[in-house]
Amino acid sequence: MAMTMVEKILAAHSGRNSVKPGEIVTAEVDLVLGNDITAPVAIREFEKIGVDKVFDADKIALVPDHFTPNKDINSAEQSRVLRDFAREQQLENYFEIGEMGIEHCLLPEQGLVRPGEIIIGADSHTCTYGALGALATGVGSTDMAAAMASGQAWFKVPETMKFVFQGELPDWVGGKDLILQVIGDIGVDGALYRSMEFTGETIASLSLAGRMTIANMAIEAGGKCGLIAPDQKTREYLEGRTTAEYTEYFSDPGADYFEVREYDVSQLEPQVAFPHLPENTRGISEVGEIAIDQAVIGSCTNGRLEDLRLAAEILDGRKRHSEVRLLVFPGTQQIYRQALAEGIIDTLIAAGAAVSTPTCGPCLGGHMGVLAAGERAIATTNRNFVGRMGHPESEVYLANPAVAAASAVAGRIISPGEVV
Amino acid sequence: MNIKGKAWKYGNDIDTDVIIPARYLNTSDPEELTRHCLEDLDSNFVDKMSKGDLIVAGENFGCGSSREHAPLAIKAAGVSAVIASSFARIFYRNALNIGLPILECPEAVENISQGDEVQVEIAAGLITNLSKNQEYQAVAFPDFMQKLIQAGGLINYLREQAGEGNVSL
Ligand code: SF4
Repeated sequence: MAMTMVEKILAAHSGRNSVKPGEIVTAEVDLVLGNDITAPVAIREFEKIGVDKVFDADKIALVPDHFTPNKDINSAEQSRVLRDFAREQQLENYFEIGEMGIEHCLLPEQGLVRPGEIIIGADSHTCTYGALGALATGVGSTDMAAAMASGQAWFKVPETMKFVFQGELPDWVGGKDLILQVIGDIGVDGALYRSMEFTGETIASLSLAGRMTIANMAIEAGGKCGLIAPDQKTREYLEGRTTAEYTEYFSDPGADYFEVREYDVSQLEPQVAFPHLPENTRGISEVGEIAIDQAVIGSCTNGRLEDLRLAAEILDGRKRHSEVRLLVFPGTQQIYRQALAEGIIDTLIAAGAAVSTPTCGPCLGGHMGVLAAGERAIATTNRNFVGRMGHPESEVYLANPAVAAASAVAGRIISPGEVV
Repeated sequence: MNIKGKAWKYGNDIDTDVIIPARYLNTSDPEELTRHCLEDLDSNFVDKMSKGDLIVAGENFGCGSSREHAPLAIKAAGVSAVIASSFARIFYRNALNIGLPILECPEAVENISQGDEVQVEIAAGLITNLSKNQEYQAVAFPDFMQKLIQAGGLINYLREQAGEGNVSL
């Protein structure tokens, strides 16, 4: 029977030859992830189950990245729950402050996610790892607890939507713009319960960083996961990061898709998502006059080295607008160090940026850059819901790092081409 | 299980950031979370509602983050069930896993108005609008989910096996 990648991965992990959309299967998972918001709840639930040990101390990753370095006493208590549990269970993959990065930048970098695996994380952007050809999906804390005890999770086999991209990317257009275009097209529930598969020559031309930006936002269309088939670039990315064996899965030519959508990207402009949903997208030329108070560059969507390089390219020799705060938060310590070595951080600081240690802080209005009532930010993050970055009357516009950097210089949302 | 209460009606794409804003997620205490339930959507919701009331909303309820604090806050506030045209996937899992009754029923959403008295028979998925004298049938749960619901959520389901050593789903 012809199957899609995601169907093959689910079949292989549930001991079956084939699965069909709609079936419910119990699958073995390869990695279980939690953070300082979701894992404390999961640990509380785990303790209720009545088993002493996690199913495999090497297959659980705990990353305190949301309210860390801890912003207050409550969040310090939350982080302590993780730390204590990690020590008690002798977890291999607990990342203390100083090693910690934003989870979805950190895990691929550390070689903890590989093609063909099933990864569940108590964080909705776990879907990021689909960029490496894994079935990675967000779950809640109770699912995380159950998986820590059993090594398993239940799944409804999703239908798959295929997105084919052809054409060469114009200047200042990248993975972020491809996925914003898709979300603008199908809406925030356009892929509800479904798997998204991204393919075509444009995807092949993208680095793993650009691919991760795309897979990261599958959830913003309601998707269960967003997969990109592994290729030579994937293998090169994994080299030196992992020695574990993995299996690559590819969709069969005759596989059944719920829908196939094709895009020619050769004329695509940078995209901007207006408040308060990621589906409110417009091309940069249609944005109009939108003054901003803050520009935020970073997050699990666009906090990788390539993203910082791009921002630095625009900010080199320029200054942030006097009325704009510019915040940059690299995804991991490794990215931070590399950016230092390349002189990127110096360029950013010279441009007037406040550069922070890796943290989710500003992305979810947690700390280090919260917006006041009526303030407006342009951000390279993935969500612009009401109150996402602070006051419920503040506004967030989503865009790629080049647009965010250019806007920081201009003081309003602007095309990078108008600044450089 | 039978439920009866007043309907609180909301629109499409009610996201987890308005159900429980991230600024309150430095704790996971349900009582604490409850105080801020739906705060950024309907600031006095928790004061206005009575225990047993229902939330009725449109498409994609609970979209956004995976925070289980969202269904936990709703449940702890005393909301007896959420009826929506559709649910975001992670919210759907989380609600089932923690035992918050949810029903997918576009017809009910279309017909129930703010303030209607609504009764629900969870097992049968039958929704009765007492104010308008109408009945609606919600989408049935697959067998596996019925088992979870009967056990009172995923943790109870696993706990039943823990005595025997290794647990599995
Ligand atoms: S950077 Fe933002 S979206 Fe990504 S994991 Fe952190 S809070 Fe979530």
